[in-house]
Amino acid sequence: MNDSKKTREVRILAIESSCDETAAAVVVNGRDMRSNVISSQIALHTLYGGVVPEIASRKHIEKINQVITQALKDADMTLQDIDAIGVTYGPGLVGALLVGVAEAKAISYAANIPLVGVHHIEGHISANYIENPDLKPPFLCLVVSGGHTHLVKVIDYGKYEVLGRTRDDAAGEAFDKVARAIGLGYPGGPKIEKVSHEGNPDAIAFPRAKITDGVYDFSFSGLKSAVLNYLNGCRMKNIPICQADVAASFQKSVTDVLVEHARHAIREFGMDAFAIAGGVASNGVIRGAMEEMCRQEGVRFYHPSPILCTDNAAMIGAAAYYDYIAGKRAGLDLNAVPNLKLGESAI
Amino acid sequence: MKILALESSGLVASVAVTEDDNLLGEYTINYKKTHSQTLLPMLDEVAKMIELDLKSVDVIAVSAGPGSFTGLRIGSATAKGLALALDKKIVSVPTVDALAYNLWGSADLVCPLMDARRQQAYTGLYEFSEGQMNRVLAQCAAGIDEITEKVNQLGRRTVFLGDGVPVFADYIKEHVKVPYLFAPAHCNKQRAASVAALGAVLYEKGLAEDAAAHKPEYLRLSQAERERQEKVRDFRI
Repeated sequence: MNDSKKTREVRILAIESSCDETAAAVVVNGRDMRSNVISSQIALHTLYGGVVPEIASRKHIEKINQVITQALKDADMTLQDIDAIGVTYGPGLVGALLVGVAEAKAISYAANIPLVGVHHIEGHISANYIENPDLKPPFLCLVVSGGHTHLVKVIDYGKYEVLGRTRDDAAGEAFDKVARAIGLGYPGGPKIEKVSHEGNPDAIAFPRAKITDGVYDFSFSGLKSAVLNYLNGCRMKNIPICQADVAASFQKSVTDVLVEHARHAIREFGMDAFAIAGGVASNGVIRGAMEEMCRQEGVRFYHPSPILCTDNAAMIGAAAYYDYIAGKRAGLDLNAVPNLKLGESAI
Repeated sequence: MKILALESSGLVASVAVTEDDNLLGEYTINYKKTHSQTLLPMLDEVAKMIELDLKSVDVIAVSAGPGSFTGLRIGSATAKGLALALDKKIVSVPTVDALAYNLWGSADLVCPLMDARRQQAYTGLYEFSEGQMNRVLAQCAAGIDEITEKVNQLGRRTVFLGDGVPVFADYIKEHVKVPYLFAPAHCNKQRAASVAALGAVLYEKGLAEDAAAHKPEYLRLSQAERERQEKVRDFRI
């Protein structure tokens, strides 16, 4: 190991197991991704039409050492080269989180490496730092995934203000449920996007929910019900259902709501940079619409590559770096916090 | 040989370090607090007290199930992380076997009972002869009616232990026809010292595994898998 190099670099080994991906990565100085290993369980959960928490937890324990070892190997490092371990401790599925947390604590303890507990959403936001060296707070970020829909003002590294969140279903959850209803199956996001290219996004006028007492909050359960009602109505009247039109119209409705919320916040807070993050951010239609909105508003637009949109550990390593240099450390009693709120440390 | 043992399969959290025939340290608590918050601080405490150099540990033994799914995974993930960092192997010790090993040398039949809910127990039957523990019935998930029937068939005095004893005590009183005893406080619940001692026996038999390959033995499918299997079976009929 080069000592002079070591003094300049902070090398983080990151571990993520909050849902159905077992992931580990090595990230240097919060931006330089040296490895990013993801063991996905999607095929397994497809049988059940969604993530089964107990099965996810069982798979994590079977894969975690291999994933960590591979991440170190890909980065051409050993544990001796690592300055800190970052681990997701919430929010997420408690049984799944606990595997990563227990593993990370044990490695931290046995190898005498400092431990940093990372908020999963903070990780998603920080995914943008990896491929965009010029992105620095403050900026506005929309986190959209299967479990989360958050509009966040990133005030500084590790400092967030949640402007709005979903009142019911997450955007990605709505994609999964609608995909199931029109016979596309799990996971809904990529499948709806694919068939939507064949459909007319203006074919069916699905609602765009507005929350009166929370201008930045979202609601997608009404939209989901509207789609289900539409499908039932067609079946009762023997009207043929065009899967592609339903998919495209539903996607358009979600996109419009997300774009308008983001536009409103950009104007109100006078932000000059906007980023999206989370699994749904890899949806090309949503990304395209956000990019166009940002062009209209004259703000810089950032988004992670699809591999960094989905759950991964590189994003956890990016977030852990800023927590690490801010002096945040987790103890041996770090616990998983399934409903951890952004900006509220449980450590 | 030095063994570091972890036990978190039930309400008990326990860590122990043994060296050959000596127990160097053991820390056991039987109190409602998540193992995620207790297990590693307990290990740290023991390690400090006995000035343990973790690198001197030869193998990690872990109570590998059955038990609480989450509890088992906390123990397993902790063992796997320690083993990964220290480049050691893991000995998976069957939890019910380790419980029976608490009563090493007993002349009676030993029947651990772990409450597995739904009138079931994680259980097994064991006897000791010439310093060896023999499995009369390997650990399994069974109805309390099935295991008591088996005990009656064998016709020998039996010692019951485990967190299932208070749950099934009334049933046992009513249905067990052989003489029986309940084990006392110092040996009637999971203990990491027993996991270490039995772990040493398994290690000598060459049963250590790579840390990466280790996983708990749940003895039960997840609910979703069970329901799916039932559905598939119904469909075939």
